[in-house]
Amino acid sequence: MRLAAIFLAASSLMGAGAAYAQVPVKIGVLNDQSGLYADLGGQGSVWAAKKAVEDFGAAAKGLKVEVIFADHQNKADVGTSVARQWYDVDGVDAIFDTPNSGVALAVSGVTKEKNKVFINSGAASSDLTGKACTPNTVHWTYDTWALANGTGKAIVKTGGDTWFFLTADYAFGHALERDTEAVVLANGGKVAGKVRVPLNNADFSSFLLQAQSSKAKIIGLANAGGDTINSIKQAAEYGIVEGGQKLAGLLIFLTDVHSLGLKVAQGLNLTSAWYWDMTDANRKFADAFAAANGGKRPTMVQAGVYSGVTHYLKAVEALKSAKDGAAVVAEMKKIPTDDPLFGKGEVRADGRHIHPMFLFEVKKPSESKGPYDYYTLKATIPANEAFRPIGEGDCPLVKKG
Amino acid sequence: MFELLGIPPQALFGQLLLGLINGAFYAMLSLGLAVIFGLLNVINFTHGAQYMMGAFGAWMLLNYAGIPFWGALVLSPIIVAAIGMVIERTLLKRLYHLDHLYGLLLTFGLALILEGLFRRQYGSSGLPYNNPLPGGTNLGFMFLPNYRAFVVVASLVVCIATWYVIERTKLGSYLRAATERPDLVQAFGIDVPRMITLTYGFGVGLAALAGVLAAPAYQVSPTMGSNLIIVVFAVVVIGGMGSIMGAIVTGFGLGIVEGLTKVFYPEASSTVIFVIMAIVLMVKPAGLFGTAK
Repeated sequence: MRLAAIFLAASSLMGAGAAYAQVPVKIGVLNDQSGLYADLGGQGSVWAAKKAVEDFGAAAKGLKVEVIFADHQNKADVGTSVARQWYDVDGVDAIFDTPNSGVALAVSGVTKEKNKVFINSGAASSDLTGKACTPNTVHWTYDTWALANGTGKAIVKTGGDTWFFLTADYAFGHALERDTEAVVLANGGKVAGKVRVPLNNADFSSFLLQAQSSKAKIIGLANAGGDTINSIKQAAEYGIVEGGQKLAGLLIFLTDVHSLGLKVAQGLNLTSAWYWDMTDANRKFADAFAAANGGKRPTMVQAGVYSGVTHYLKAVEALKSAKDGAAVVAEMKKIPTDDPLFGKGEVRADGRHIHPMFLFEVKKPSESKGPYDYYTLKATIPANEAFRPIGEGDCPLVKKG
Repeated sequence: MFELLGIPPQALFGQLLLGLINGAFYAMLSLGLAVIFGLLNVINFTHGAQYMMGAFGAWMLLNYAGIPFWGALVLSPIIVAAIGMVIERTLLKRLYHLDHLYGLLLTFGLALILEGLFRRQYGSSGLPYNNPLPGGTNLGFMFLPNYRAFVVVASLVVCIATWYVIERTKLGSYLRAATERPDLVQAFGIDVPRMITLTYGFGVGLAALAGVLAAPAYQVSPTMGSNLIIVVFAVVVIGGMGSIMGAIVTGFGLGIVEGLTKVFYPEASSTVIFVIMAIVLMVKPAGLFGTAK
């Protein structure tokens, strides 16, 4: 026993002492581990962060990386108190993932105050790189503007020009509704009505009936997770689609489609930053993910955590320190992004990670080869069109010309 | 065509009917709680988890054994009730002589454990369950899915049958007597502990039945019960703890109130029941149908 310990200590010393002293880096994955967003991020995101550290070869490059995680329970107060504890007591240098826009905006504030790094993959609100942008926050995977621009624009252009919104009544839903409404109006469409639904609502029939009587061609679902699933499921029951109206799921994750089943979800258009079955690199990542996570395939959020951690470590490696958060983020903005999952791109001055987005259609049951074979690619939205132009976000970091 | 508060009457009828449908779920769940509380004096916080287990039971019967919805409607509540009776025999019965609080803590803990186990196994976003009665009828003022119509009828039948058995039959009178004076009823040669076990099983079975009925309409997910159970407790408190008729009437009534809130002020639809609860507790602390002890 003691001999083994000595060997272990010796070998780790040898690894460390090779070229230079090791730079300690502590990464915290803060997300929903138990509630409605646990499947799209949760432990899968923790795994993705660890995998990124491993693939990066952090130890060989002189970084001593530790990954920890916590559950924010979708509560902003829980999220901020974990963030403070991590930054003040546990020596965490960067927080990753953090779905739920309400929690994300709060954690972004704490991160700036403590001069650490916040790289968000799971949350949607485009305010993170808009009026609430900070020099310490990077928004990695997607945002409400990109979703509206993808799904919203595609639908208006194919004739869906009158909309009724079912909106989740919190920061995320409001942002998604606002950004989609702007796209609809800009493309010559009209908004016939909207209804704000409390988060975690089980029965949508009343709201669907209101949408039905509005006679709008498109019912825009500005909600996520379980709320989206229940809306789509119940819309099928009330014959909404047979009645000639179409549903537009503005934010749909792979796990939502899995949970709905193709019979109900088929034909939905959706915008995503990443899909596992697109490239060999993605499939390789997905296979490793499935092997470690009971056969599940990764979502764009989990892939985004991988990609974000990779780029973060590059910046830390270049600076040889993770201590000054603003400096690390500045470095992340300086070096171009490049990793197997998200390809080449950049982090913009407002903290927005720029990469292509994809418009998918959900397959019919007959087209699918099995679980998680769900999407057909309809269109690729090039990186320079996928996200809100930098001047339009009201981010104080961006000087108006 | 006149309009009522800016809402055309057709829409209003539609919303009333929808409220009734939601009320059907509240009524069945609160009925189970009321039966258990009335006869066992246990505040059964596992009720939400048992409702969830009913729904999962239906899913498992379909996917592992190929038993369709109609079979699950009978089998799943029986299985969940059996599990409930085991819990009652092994755990709950040790707490009858203690304060309510202990039963509450035990059942709450059990609910968390059950929910955690299902989440671990099936994830948090839920599982698909197909509608056994697709299609619907156009009533003129709204499109009524056949399945929802079935839910309302089924739940009314179950509620009225339960009320009848407890309030109007000999078996029911034994049950009610056993809650007042278990020693005396035992002296008449009736096996009171067995009766209590069966009653708990029945209450749990009602929750599971509501769960099976919910499976095709809502997402079958581990958290479906905990989202609903708080509302259902509010329903029971408003109706009066332990009052059978109170639970049924308030269940349907509050479903309708909630449905109307969804039209006039949707943002408040998740809070309106608790506002009513607060008012009722101030005006009539024993609940609308309860009697102060």
